[in-house]
Amino acid sequence: MQSWRIRLALLLLATAHFAALGAGFLAPYDYDDQHRDYPYAPPMRLHLQGVRPVVYGLESQGGEYRENSDQKYPLRFLTGRRLFGVDEPGVYFVLGTDGYGRDVLSRLLYGGRISLLTGLLAATLSLAIGWILGTIAGFFGGLADQILMRISEFFMALPWLYLLLAVRAFLPLHMDPVGAFVLLIAIIGGVGWVRPARLIRGVVLSGKERSFVLAARGFGGGAVYLIRRHILPLTIGVTLTQATILIPQYILAEVGLSFLGLGVGEPAPSWGNMLAEARQYHALVLHPWLLAPGAAAIPVLFAYLLLADTTLEMSQNPRQLR
Amino acid sequence: MKFAARRLAHAALLLLAVSFAAFAFAQLAPGDYYSDLRVDSRISPETLEGLRQQAGLHRPFLARYGAWLGSAARGDFGYSLAYSGPVAPLLKERIRNTLLLTGVATAVAWFLAVPIGIWSATRRGVVEAALKVVLAVLLIVPDLLLAILLLVFAVETGWFPAGGMNSPDFASMSAAGRLRDTAWRLVLPVSVLVAGMLPVLVRHVRASMAETLDAPFVLAARAHGISPSRRLFRHVLPVAANPLIGLAGLSLGTLLSASLLVEVVMGWPGLGPLLVDAILSRDIAVVLAAVVLSAGFLIAGNAAADLALYRVDPRIRAR
Repeated sequence: MQSWRIRLALLLLATAHFAALGAGFLAPYDYDDQHRDYPYAPPMRLHLQGVRPVVYGLESQGGEYRENSDQKYPLRFLTGRRLFGVDEPGVYFVLGTDGYGRDVLSRLLYGGRISLLTGLLAATLSLAIGWILGTIAGFFGGLADQILMRISEFFMALPWLYLLLAVRAFLPLHMDPVGAFVLLIAIIGGVGWVRPARLIRGVVLSGKERSFVLAARGFGGGAVYLIRRHILPLTIGVTLTQATILIPQYILAEVGLSFLGLGVGEPAPSWGNMLAEARQYHALVLHPWLLAPGAAAIPVLFAYLLLADTTLEMSQNPRQLR
Repeated sequence: MKFAARRLAHAALLLLAVSFAAFAFAQLAPGDYYSDLRVDSRISPETLEGLRQQAGLHRPFLARYGAWLGSAARGDFGYSLAYSGPVAPLLKERIRNTLLLTGVATAVAWFLAVPIGIWSATRRGVVEAALKVVLAVLLIVPDLLLAILLLVFAVETGWFPAGGMNSPDFASMSAAGRLRDTAWRLVLPVSVLVAGMLPVLVRHVRASMAETLDAPFVLAARAHGISPSRRLFRHVLPVAANPLIGLAGLSLGTLLSASLLVEVVMGWPGLGPLLVDAILSRDIAVVLAAVVLSAGFLIAGNAAADLALYRVDPRIRAR
């Protein structure tokens, strides 16, 4: 029952991450290649001439696009460093273009790098901080525990998105894409560690009273040894479950912040700032392909939901693990 | 009573700490409202410095925090440099709009989630499976995308007005007309918010119900021949409602903050767009007020849930 769900989820995630990582090879254009003659070009169809796939020439007439079947550009594979493309002056926009005539598919793939990586790295940061603080608080108790609980209450007193915005508000607004990317990871990961820390603290708190831990302590095991050998394995389950919950939440956080213009900025693409262009909803009716980044997020979120549900069920019924 | 007093004092202290931290953090921020004016060559640096002096940005930190606290206590929440006035009047209408939106959405979501959760905890079958799929779909479609999609739908069909809270001729409408206009414009943003809240709420209701239904006392009630409906309403529901009180507190606490993205997308004149604009223009007073108020809501919601739980659950009272 569960293995197919995990397999499907991992397959979806592997596809998404490889597509994003391989953006430099898979994407037919660079993310900032502007085709000023083709703003808001619709997705183009592939035609077959015999067995050869060809793309017709694209002509624009007063904002309306028309395919010209007199001009044919064969689709070439493995040209240069790209997987596919057509010769100049032909163009091939699989998912259309945005207002600057930039290929949406290419931006989607490059944007996936930023959005997916933000989720992964920020979740890693949160879990690392949460694990260290939660373990220290749970294992040693006393003052450390008191301090952690007070701090965590403090972080939990602000709604999640407002917390992100509050931190973001007081940092520089305009920065280069790399700086913004690092900053986003630091903000999202840095404010999200509280829940995992509290959960891990709870697991450690009950775990350190387990008889085998007490026995190891009785044999003279030191704190570091006990944590590494006995406590760490106990926390793996909750850490994994938290990862499957945090990563999609963080991807959405990046999308939300970039959408609001507080995340990664132009010209670097992220799924959030691509969607920001879809805010002009009157234009969107004519250019629905600009919603592609939102659609791309769905399989990823679905995969993480599957993983979260499955790990949760397994942690409730450990016997199914076997 | 002692518990209530302690809990409320704790909430007040926490809010004070949050406001202090937010204020302190705001001071670390590089640049202020006047930084953007620096690029304007018509304004000399001396003028800017004068403006800063006038705004009191040169005073020591604690003095300014004290002044801000006093202003918050008087109900002004500081002075907005971008709007040249106290923050409170700006916020008042925005908060009312946001609460209208989220209040309706939260009520609808709970109103749907409780029966659906109860129903799906007790049934197995095709309809229940289909319901699960629908809820899972709602869970994985980001609110942001859903909001944009609904807007496109509204524009394409023309069935719903797209964006905003009032029609342009709102002022000239009769009272009933105004009510209808606003209600009509509430439909889309409320749908998005309900779609976002519903799956989470149903999950919790169902989990809580399923857990209670498995409890030995339910089996005992059944063995005593107590009718199913009495069993449900008299025995199971009060117990299953317990864990949901905390969730309800969270629902209350996020009333001010849950709709930020939806408001921005749908052009709802709530607190969300105001906050985003304030961040982009470095209008620190507005940011501070919005952040502290949203924290206040969440803290109050959690405290209310704790107090309610204390009244309802004798196990907590005994401790």
